[in-house]
Amino acid sequence: MHNHVLNSLKTTAAKFPDKAAFCGENSVLTFRQLDEAVDRIGSYLLKEGIRRSPIVVYMEKSPEEVAAFFGIIRGGSYYVPIDAEMPSVRIHLILENVQAPLLICDDQTADQAAELGFTGKIVRYAELLETTIDEAALQKVYDASIDTDPLYVVFTSGSTGVPKGVVGCHRAVNDYIDQLSEVLGFSSETVFGNQTPLYLDACFKELYPTIRFGATTFFVPKPLFMQPLKLVQYLNEHEINTVCWVVSALTIISTFQTFKTEIPKYLKTIAFGSEVFPIKQFRMWREALPDATFTNLYGPTEGTGMCCYYKVDRAFEDGEAIPIGRPFDNTDIILLDEENHEVTKESGDQGEICIRGTSLTLGYMNNPEKTAEAFTLNPLQKGWPELIYRTGDIGRYNERGELMFVSRKDFQIKHMGHRIELGEIEVNAQMLDGITGAACIYDKTKGKIVLFYSGDKEEDEMKVLLKDSLPRYMVPNVTRKLPAIPLTSNGKTDRVALAGMI
Amino acid sequence: MDELISILKEIHPDVDYSTATNLVDGKILDSFDIISLVAEIADTFDVVISAEYMIPENFNSAEALWNLIRKLQDDD
Repeated sequence: MHNHVLNSLKTTAAKFPDKAAFCGENSVLTFRQLDEAVDRIGSYLLKEGIRRSPIVVYMEKSPEEVAAFFGIIRGGSYYVPIDAEMPSVRIHLILENVQAPLLICDDQTADQAAELGFTGKIVRYAELLETTIDEAALQKVYDASIDTDPLYVVFTSGSTGVPKGVVGCHRAVNDYIDQLSEVLGFSSETVFGNQTPLYLDACFKELYPTIRFGATTFFVPKPLFMQPLKLVQYLNEHEINTVCWVVSALTIISTFQTFKTEIPKYLKTIAFGSEVFPIKQFRMWREALPDATFTNLYGPTEGTGMCCYYKVDRAFEDGEAIPIGRPFDNTDIILLDEENHEVTKESGDQGEICIRGTSLTLGYMNNPEKTAEAFTLNPLQKGWPELIYRTGDIGRYNERGELMFVSRKDFQIKHMGHRIELGEIEVNAQMLDGITGAACIYDKTKGKIVLFYSGDKEEDEMKVLLKDSLPRYMVPNVTRKLPAIPLTSNGKTDRVALAGMI
Repeated sequence: MDELISILKEIHPDVDYSTATNLVDGKILDSFDIISLVAEIADTFDVVISAEYMIPENFNSAEALWNLIRKLQDDD
């Protein structure tokens, strides 16, 4: 008995061979086609003598990219998805970290891929499909696999300026998909409209349940997220009944009064997370879709995806926050105070949200220091080594016993659904020639990243220069030049003074 | 128009808005840019851009966007 994440792909492909699994703008893969592509890609890796290695996937978001992910897993290696739109400076940091022997690109990304200075072999997706399937070799890899073997490395913002690669395994993904599917009620009838990028863990909510249940996932074309009416028409055209989106994608629809013209009438299951849902906007959704279920999901990449949920079952006042709720089955949340003592539910006090259980990922790739800081021994249990993940999020229980998010311990923010370390922006600003100081503040009310800096660059120039090293969602919305960054009496950046300037 | 240009410049200082005609189709403005742009426009010009006007044609150039703002102001 193997707890391999691809177990269900074979059975699903036998059951629904000609059903569409993944639908992109330019192509569709059925379950049979997907399964075959996955076997060919797995066979290619083995033919090349590659095993248990990180494989970079540098492709446009497409059904084929998913086939590449699963093909890498089939071959007994693990995938490292990279955003094709990420600046090359940041890609270099990732490539340096993972040291992959192979990079898979497609026809659209091939030219860029050749310029990355990648030291391993570069191969086009189409070439992989020419490989003859080697059943015996694939079976051997399968037989040798265990469920703590890695599946993927996804990179998240790092406060030191270098992104951190979170390594996840079969066991944790299986457990996550078990729990998530039960809570949201996925089945073969599920039609997902995917919004989140494939280079983050957020897309696991669609990718893995699709092969497990024989569901269908549509990759909603990105330009539609600036055309709310067309977006809703797209959802209706494809009879999409389930969305797991970041809040800002949902509010694009409600903000522009789209519901007055068109309702996404097939939607039954709406899950959201990563950000606070403004109650006014949430109410518009509820009124438009009174029979749909709305579920708030919470969880860090280091916990494989989501670890807590709250099914919205009551009305909220303006300004109230929707709870994080309760942990998934088979996951435990503990709150720890600054002295590592447990904060009880009844006290209502605040503590750091820490995760315990199978859903923990394996740690950060080639980064023992950061791993040791965040994945620590459980201080409440000293009998044997038990790891917990310290999220850095501060939480408390409300009077109903529901977990609430309070704030961050550090300078990590959520901006337009993306998790960002303000430190990464500051380090990149400080690395620019002629910059003597930099500090970043997040203006929550306006949803803007504000960079204060000192040096000889003009405010407009700063934004342009930072585009070369930061993904566009991390480029400051406002840049403010100061004679010097204000410091507190003990020499640290005076963030209170800076906050007063925005 | 100058006010609109300065709002646009704040988002992408390196774009020449007097000549650019592919702001959306050329992926210069992404969906999040458009959302913050619409919020700024609402504050500055006191117009609400509803879903039916959220189409690339209205955002591809500063001129097209300016025409939309004027039209919405006149409709009020």
